[in-house]
Amino acid sequence: MKSLIGKKLGMTQIFDEEGRRVPVTVIEAGPCSVVQRKTTGTDGYEAVQLGFGAQKPERVAKPLAGHFKKAGVGTLRELREVRVDADDAAKAGDTLTAAVFEGVNFIDVLGVTKGKGFQGVMKRHNFSGGRETHGSHFHRTTGSIGMKEKPGRVFKGKRMAGQMGSTGITVQNVKVIQVRAAENLILVKGAVPGANGTTLVLREALKRK
Amino acid sequence: MNPVVEKIGKEQCTKEIPAFNIGDTVNVHVKIREGSKERIQLYNGTVIAREGAGVAETFTVRRVAFGEGIERVFPVQSPNVAQIEVVRSGKTRRAKLYYLRDLAGKKARIKERRV
Repeated sequence: MKSLIGKKLGMTQIFDEEGRRVPVTVIEAGPCSVVQRKTTGTDGYEAVQLGFGAQKPERVAKPLAGHFKKAGVGTLRELREVRVDADDAAKAGDTLTAAVFEGVNFIDVLGVTKGKGFQGVMKRHNFSGGRETHGSHFHRTTGSIGMKEKPGRVFKGKRMAGQMGSTGITVQNVKVIQVRAAENLILVKGAVPGANGTTLVLREALKRK
Repeated sequence: MNPVVEKIGKEQCTKEIPAFNIGDTVNVHVKIREGSKERIQLYNGTVIAREGAGVAETFTVRRVAFGEGIERVFPVQSPNVAQIEVVRSGKTRRAKLYYLRDLAGKKARIKERRV
């Protein structure tokens, strides 16, 4: 199983062998503990529950503390679930390190984007808005949102103002530049969702090897 | 910046960088790869800006070639910049010499700084 929970540390750049600059995001990946192995027989689907980051025992609720004790792992801060194949060998109590991504070229990164709050249509959907001068009173507002008596309603999915960001997204096919298993670090090319310190789920890319 | 990220940036800073300032005339020795062969090309001009810090630091060199102003931005730590050679030190009162873009001929000169 090639998945881990990680923490976005920040961005920097490195030079490749041809001397070109490559922008990289540094991700602290693992070590993760397998807390639970879900199977079709007991849970109806195949998955692995991973835990990441030590948490003080007194900060963990008793039911959760029992969950960790059953798996034989210490108290952890973050729990995430990843789907696996039925023949996957992972079992509760296993420890996974960044070494699982050695030899992997592309990964998918799942995270929560930076929240932008309630935003208008220009920022949220790149509408062009109206002109600012020449007597115009139509500046940044949304325009018509539909037709007349027919159809007499606004279509579902109409792009309007609202909450922007702070949504879970998956960035696919992120290139792995370096894996430093000894330091639990992975360097990937380009940006990943969220602010520095965000918890991310990393998995081997589904669509690109 | 996160100390781990800073450390990775520092690992890239392996070069000994000579002291050069804004307004200096420099020869930048640029490594050029042609197939398997590698050679050094000189790029001569005036340093008009230095930006960024650590591994991200860059400097801009302006030269007027065949009557056309050319500006190239080099990463200070780039392995393709073999050497930075200061030909002449310039005396300036600005950190960015973007005003040179609007000047030509004798007006675009920079006074020499004598130490």
